[in-house]
Amino acid sequence: MATLVNHPDEVKIVSRRFGQGAANIDRYLELDGYKAVQKALELGPDGIIAEMKASNLRGRGGAGFPTGLKWSFVPKESAKPKYVLCNGDESEPGTCKDRLIFEHDPHSVIEGAMIAAIAVGSHAAYIYIRGEYRYLLEIMQKAIADAYAKGFAGKNIFGSGYDLEVYWHGGAGAYEVGEESALMESLEGKRGVPRIRPPFPAVVGLWGGPTVINNAETLASVPHVLLMGGKAYAEVGVERNGGTRLFSLSGHLARPGVYELPLGYSLRKAIYEVGGGVANGRQLKAVVPGGSSTPCLKADEIDIALDFDSTMKAGTMLGSGGIVVLDDQTCIVKFALRTIQFYRHESCGWCIPCREGTDWLQKSLKRFHAGGGVAKDIDNIRYLAENMLGRTFCPLGDAAAMPILGFVKKFREEFEAHLDGRPCPFGQHDAPHALPVLSH
Amino acid sequence: MADATQNVTLTVNGKTITAAKGTLLIEACKQNGIEIPAFCYYPGLSLQGACRMCLVEIEKMPKMQTACTTPVAEGMVVQTETEKVVQARKSTLEILLANHPLDCPVCDAGGECELQDMTYKYGAGESKFIDIKSHRDEQQWSPVIFYDRPRCILCYRCVRVCGEGMDVWALGIQNRGQGSVIAPNQGGKLDCEDCGECIDICPVGALTSSTYRYKTRPWEMTHTGTVCAHCADGCITTVGVRRSDTGSEIVRCDNRDRSGLNDDFLCGKGRFAFDFASSKERVTTPLIKRDGKFVAATWAEAVELVAARFKKAGASLGVIGSNHTTNEENYLLQKFARTVLRTNHIDHHRTADYPSFARAIASSKAQTASLKDVAAASAVLLIGGNPSEEHPFLAWQLRTAVRQHRQKIYVVNAAPIKLKKQAAHFLQVTSGKEGEFAAAFSGDAAALAHLGVDTARFDPFTAALASESSLLVVFGSELRGAGIDKLVATFAPKGAKFLCLGDYANSRGAADMGLFPDLLPGYQKAENSGLALPQMLDAAAAGTFEALWVVGANPAARHADVNAFAKPFLVVQDMFLTETAQHADVFLPASFAYEKAGTVTNTAGDLQRLKKASDVHGVKPDFEIILRIAEKMGADINALVPFRGYTSADAGQSRGPQSGEADRNAVFTEARGLEAKTSPLDPTITLEEIAQTVPGYAVSRLKLLAGEAQPTTLVQIDPAGIASHSELIVPARNGLYASGTLGGYSETLRAMGATHRAAEPVGAD
Repeated sequence: MATLVNHPDEVKIVSRRFGQGAANIDRYLELDGYKAVQKALELGPDGIIAEMKASNLRGRGGAGFPTGLKWSFVPKESAKPKYVLCNGDESEPGTCKDRLIFEHDPHSVIEGAMIAAIAVGSHAAYIYIRGEYRYLLEIMQKAIADAYAKGFAGKNIFGSGYDLEVYWHGGAGAYEVGEESALMESLEGKRGVPRIRPPFPAVVGLWGGPTVINNAETLASVPHVLLMGGKAYAEVGVERNGGTRLFSLSGHLARPGVYELPLGYSLRKAIYEVGGGVANGRQLKAVVPGGSSTPCLKADEIDIALDFDSTMKAGTMLGSGGIVVLDDQTCIVKFALRTIQFYRHESCGWCIPCREGTDWLQKSLKRFHAGGGVAKDIDNIRYLAENMLGRTFCPLGDAAAMPILGFVKKFREEFEAHLDGRPCPFGQHDAPHALPVLSH
Repeated sequence: MADATQNVTLTVNGKTITAAKGTLLIEACKQNGIEIPAFCYYPGLSLQGACRMCLVEIEKMPKMQTACTTPVAEGMVVQTETEKVVQARKSTLEILLANHPLDCPVCDAGGECELQDMTYKYGAGESKFIDIKSHRDEQQWSPVIFYDRPRCILCYRCVRVCGEGMDVWALGIQNRGQGSVIAPNQGGKLDCEDCGECIDICPVGALTSSTYRYKTRPWEMTHTGTVCAHCADGCITTVGVRRSDTGSEIVRCDNRDRSGLNDDFLCGKGRFAFDFASSKERVTTPLIKRDGKFVAATWAEAVELVAARFKKAGASLGVIGSNHTTNEENYLLQKFARTVLRTNHIDHHRTADYPSFARAIASSKAQTASLKDVAAASAVLLIGGNPSEEHPFLAWQLRTAVRQHRQKIYVVNAAPIKLKKQAAHFLQVTSGKEGEFAAAFSGDAAALAHLGVDTARFDPFTAALASESSLLVVFGSELRGAGIDKLVATFAPKGAKFLCLGDYANSRGAADMGLFPDLLPGYQKAENSGLALPQMLDAAAAGTFEALWVVGANPAARHADVNAFAKPFLVVQDMFLTETAQHADVFLPASFAYEKAGTVTNTAGDLQRLKKASDVHGVKPDFEIILRIAEKMGADINALVPFRGYTSADAGQSRGPQSGEADRNAVFTEARGLEAKTSPLDPTITLEEIAQTVPGYAVSRLKLLAGEAQPTTLVQIDPAGIASHSELIVPARNGLYASGTLGGYSETLRAMGATHRAAEPVGAD
């Protein structure tokens, strides 16, 4: 169970029920639970989508696609059943927000998924939860059972005549399955490998039917959009970035934790005020602003607003909202190695550039950090990353390449400091005997 | 799916091209002579987008796109060889090669490797990487299939061809990321048919075969496209041969050049079961039995002895022909028997009732189907037979047609055969009553009762069948005599085409060429019928026959009474000392199908050329053996084989006319309307005679010589006087791991059978 944190600058919308026992359905009902879905039934599909579009709610999984627009892509008529799928495969390193929602407010995800289903005319919603979140799956199972017991899910929900089944599904442990088409493959019981797109899930998704796939935080935000009204929700954030986000602040911070901040909040303030600044009196070296796959920002690049467009302008991404702070005692090469180890481990192996690229990046960085680096390695690492970018079957290849490229471009001198057998300036060498014998 | 009725126009590399709507960009480019490289893309298999080699730039798209997954669109502007594209391909190859063992000098695929070719075109001249390659040890998955993981580039072609193409689904992917490997789905061994399609389709040397691996370099072989020697489907196989101390050795069979109607398909038998040609048990010198023991003899001695005894026997001689020998050999054999020996005692092992089929087709003026028609048919009625086991290529075609254009298959069978899975409708009927389906379809209640099917199952089946506007009717040897007549008469008025399934490479040809006691070539009634095969053997056992001549057959495998072979003067032409040949007084070593020229007719009546691929010292083609016996008997050779240009009947050297040089010469002379100077040993002359005398065989000889299967027809034959002898039909039921007597001499086939089958009935021609 994670410890909850607070800060006065927070705007608690998605997290308003955290710590209040809302996993209990009766408590959830006391806290305005299942009111939004009843409002949705009154609004009807067009009314819901209009509110969603007005809210400027953008996908919280990382890509930031406007949610209302995504729902409007689902065809009204479909020969095959339509589905709603909640992506709860939260696996991006540095990101730990969905787990809090599942733990403290599981019904908000169910309710959000139900509203999405009503909006697109679907009668089945799936909530997919990351395999390692086994304890959260139990909470979700109970929440769904409780919703059925109250008659909120299943046949004729709220006496509306609308049938809506809600299912849970536990993953088997794969970061790749967070990619929406791999998520569908996994849910269908196949290898977690992405599909060829187009067709996109909104047209051909689960079992061939049109499918809306949203991140858990996105769906958890949906009831609040309807309760507040789309316009009011949008006004919490900034232009084209409505509402709030749960930011996972981690790394070398005095007060790490998950904070709900309005979109457009200052990154500098998030680090120095909300997060309490760099821990142990050290200086900031870099920050990874949106989960491990986003390119890092140097200490002098943090005067930006935390919204999708501003981060993009700064050459990085808001991603999943996982802000990782690195202090001045951090070895960037080691951090790059740790990052690529993750992506190499999680690459599904389907396409060549990602499968082989992550492997060779890891091999090179491992040797490099251990003191076996040669001058051409630095350019090779950059070359490998550049040649993965935009060429892989799914975004995992980009996710692996982007941070590495950022490290090499922005901290080349740290790489050079490792050359010619010199020890890591930060004293974190691997055992040199593990090095292969190499020729230059 | 490409829609041929609608075209779109697009620009590729500045060139305006048109393609049917829905065509994949990679295919549209290929059709217009623009090559886009790919490893994972393979026509006919599902799309992967995995290798990223086919990335191209498309205007208005921020990222490069895979041409293998992008359908063409109106106004699309594509660049396939920009600097960006070339760099992407180069870097992909660089990282592929980084872990690749680069053991090209000893790799089977060296010289025929798509990774080599791609590297040659796009690859980098030097390796950027200095870290150690990942390695895994090689694995053997079956008696014939080996997997070398480090060479594998994970294109998943093998997984798809096994599953989608073969419907076997024995291969899958294990682990993920860099640890991904192709692996058998069931433990460490393949639970499959050992068809070897996975080996053929592998773009690199990751999958190799026990029959070929580390034996040769591709450029050390000569390649000859000829007709597969096993089942009656008539697949073209490219035989790879290298010289050896006994002449030449066949080291590989495949159809990667897609030269036949079978495209790139071959089954396990066709691909691996050629080793008997160089078996240690093969006899390569004539043998004469003296004091109960075989003694090596010269061809002159052996032929002289045979000629003398045949002359003495005259009409008191039985001739048993073959399902494997060429049309020319069969034609010559019956012509020799009838005109020189003056006997109608000639027959062969019948595996299907082709005479009744010919009668039914000619009587109803119905159409026979070429094997080419199977893939295009919208609906197929399959009665009896088991194509997955006995006609692997036919089964492949049916599966492909179901997968690619939703062909509807109606299966009527006594057993739930494997094709039931692809069948739109399946009707299980009483074994032995398959022939009554047509009568029941026509409303005969008694026939329906015999089928053992209630109307609740029968009516929906027939209603759906009746609604088909065009139909291909395929039937197995369960249907004979009147059953075939009824079937053809029932469905011919609806415009159906018919295909009768027999068992061996030239079973149909043997029937068409008149290896019957009562029927001449083209099923023309003989004036006086001779004895059929069982009666001949009875007569021989009773001592009535002076001599028995067995050409490429093994009747002793199916006939218990050894007296039939022990009593008469027995002459056997074969490759091995078979059960029959053990009893021979004279054994004449014959060429294998891949060692001679001629034509064969597959079970659908498609006439194809057999080309000489290899050579074994000492043996002779049956055509030459027959002719030399005739010559020695003093027969008029020119009457048997109306050769031209020679002044004497000197048969000359046999190698020349049988060689590829003669084939090429024939194409040249035929194309120019020239009359070649021909040797009596050139079977082309006999083919000319067949074209003139056998109805339906007057096909385009130029197309035939050029390698195109030519469908023959039965509709012009005279149905009068064709009697049914259903009792003489003995299906071989070879299955996937047996191929008659010859197959029994294939160590590879035996090993495959031992792995995949407990026991397989062997013992036919």
